[in-house]
Amino acid sequence: MSFPKPEFSASEPIAMDLRDPPPRPFAGLIRHASATAAAVLPPAFTLLVLMTVWQLLCGDSYEGLPSPTRIWAESRELIVDPFFDRGGVDKGLFWHIATSLKRVALGFAISAVCGVLLGVLIGANRWAHRGLDPIFQVLRTVPPLAWLPISLAAFHEANPSALFVIFVTSIWPIIINTAVGVRNIPDDYVNVARVLRLSPVEYFFKILLPATTPYIFTGLRIGVGMSWLAIVASEMLLGGVGVGFFIWDQYNASRISDIVVALAWVGLTGFFLDRIVAFAGRIVSRGNALS
Amino acid sequence: MAKAYLSIEAVGVTFQKGASRSEVLHDINLQVDQGEFVSIIGHSGCGKSTLLNVVAGLIPVTTGAVILDREAVEAPGPERAVVFQNHSLLPWLSVQENVRLAVDKVFAGKKSAAERRDWTLHNLDLVKMTQARDKRPSEISGGMKQRVGIARALAMQPKVLLLDEPFGALDALTRAHLQDSVMEIQTALKNTVLMITHDVDEAVLLSDRIVMMTNGPRAGVGQILAVDLARPRDRLAVAGNPTYIAGRASVIEFLYARRAA
Repeated sequence: MSFPKPEFSASEPIAMDLRDPPPRPFAGLIRHASATAAAVLPPAFTLLVLMTVWQLLCGDSYEGLPSPTRIWAESRELIVDPFFDRGGVDKGLFWHIATSLKRVALGFAISAVCGVLLGVLIGANRWAHRGLDPIFQVLRTVPPLAWLPISLAAFHEANPSALFVIFVTSIWPIIINTAVGVRNIPDDYVNVARVLRLSPVEYFFKILLPATTPYIFTGLRIGVGMSWLAIVASEMLLGGVGVGFFIWDQYNASRISDIVVALAWVGLTGFFLDRIVAFAGRIVSRGNALS
Repeated sequence: MAKAYLSIEAVGVTFQKGASRSEVLHDINLQVDQGEFVSIIGHSGCGKSTLLNVVAGLIPVTTGAVILDREAVEAPGPERAVVFQNHSLLPWLSVQENVRLAVDKVFAGKKSAAERRDWTLHNLDLVKMTQARDKRPSEISGGMKQRVGIARALAMQPKVLLLDEPFGALDALTRAHLQDSVMEIQTALKNTVLMITHDVDEAVLLSDRIVMMTNGPRAGVGQILAVDLARPRDRLAVAGNPTYIAGRASVIEFLYARRAA
C-alpha cells in the first residue's frame, strides 16, 4: 500500500502589502450613519404605520377624535412654534412644559434629599425600620391626586400644593429603594470598614453612599417618572399655568387637536426626564456599580 | 514562661439566637510567636473562620481572651489586618484607591500625602500589581483581586496578618503562584501570620506550625504539628522531603481517619 507522496512546491515569495490599506474616506461616518439609521428607522416606521391606521380610522368626516391631518390643520401653530407668548395663558407649549418642569424639579429635589435620608435611616436602624416602614407601605399606595385636597386645605395656594403632591408621590420609591440598598450592603464592606476603624461619617461617605448608589438611582428614576405623572394630573385641577392646565383648558375650549399635541410633548418630556436620571446614575456610579 | 506575641487563651464562643444556644468554639488555647506562620486547618463548619474573626475582633469572645502584644483584643483594628476569602475590595474604587483608603486611614497624621502615595505603590509593588493600579476590581482576575487584598492588608503594617482561606476561590495554578508570593513576602517582612485553610498541601508548605481543629460544635484544638522545614521553601524540592511527606500524612490522618464522623 502506498500513499501518494505529498508534493511541496518551491516556496514562492509571497508579495505582502504591509502598508495600511488606503484610508476609505467617510468610513467612520458611514458606520455611524448606519448605526443611527438602525436605531431611528424602526420606530419611525412604526410611527408611520400608526399614523396611517389612525388617519384611516378617523377620516375627516368623523367628529370625535381628530385625525392626524386635521390635527396638523388645526394646531399647526402650536406644533411649529412652541415658543410664542401672547401674554396670560396664551403661550407656546414650551413655556407650559417649562413651568411644569420647574415645579417637578423643585418638588423632586426636596423628595430626593428627604427620601435618601429617610431611606438610610430605616435601612440602617432596625427600630426606625419597624416604626416607619409599615406606615410608609400604607402611605405609598395612596394615589397622588388623593393628596391634592388635603394639600390645598393645608396650603391654600396652587403652587405649594402642586409641590407637595409631587413630593409625596415621588418620595416612596426613593425611600424604599435606598433602604433596600442600605440593608444589602455586603458584610464584607462592613467588615473592611470595621477593620479600618472608619468613623460613622467616613463610613457614610466612603462605604454606604457608594454601595447604595445603584439602588438610590433606581428609586430616583421611578420617582421622577411618578412625579411627572402627578404634576400633569394635579395641574389639571389646580389651574393657572403648566401643561396639565393647558390640556384641561383646551378640553374646555373643545380644541382636541391641541390636546394631542400637548400629549406628545408630555410623553417626550417624561421620556427625557427618565433618561437624564438614568444617565446621571451611570455617571455617579461610574458604570460598574454592581460587581 | 514568657508570654507569646499572640495568645489565644481559653477562648470559647457561643452564639445565642432566641432560645437556641450553640457553642461553636470550646476552650481554645494557642500561642503564636512573633514572625511565626501558623495555619489552622479543619473540616468546613468546624469554626475555624469564627476563630479568625475572634482574633480580628469582628466576633466577641464569650469566654477567655485574645491577647496581642500584651493588649487584649476587644474590637477590630488595622493592627490585625484581615485578607478576606472573597477579597472584599470596594468595586467603586480602583486597585490603588482600595489600598490607599487603608493607608490614608491608618497613617493619617503620621505620613504626608506623598509618603502615603509612595507607601501605597510600594505595597502594590510587593504583590506585583503596580501595572494594574488604575483598574477596577471588576476588570481584574480573581487571583489579582486577592493580591490587592493582600497588599491592602500589608499596607496597614499589621502586628498579625489574618488570612481567611485566601486562596480558596482560586484555581490550582493561580493558587500555587500566590502561595509562592505569600511565602516570599513573609520571608522578607517577617510578618506574624495566622491563616485559615482546608488545603493540606497549602498548610504544610506555608506553615511553621499547623493547628488541627476538631469538628464542631464545641470545636477545639485537636493537635498541633510543627513543620521543621528550612526556609525559603521551594514547592518542587520540598515535595520529596521526608519531613514534608510525614507532615502531610499526619494532617491527612487527623482529618480523615481519626476524626471521621
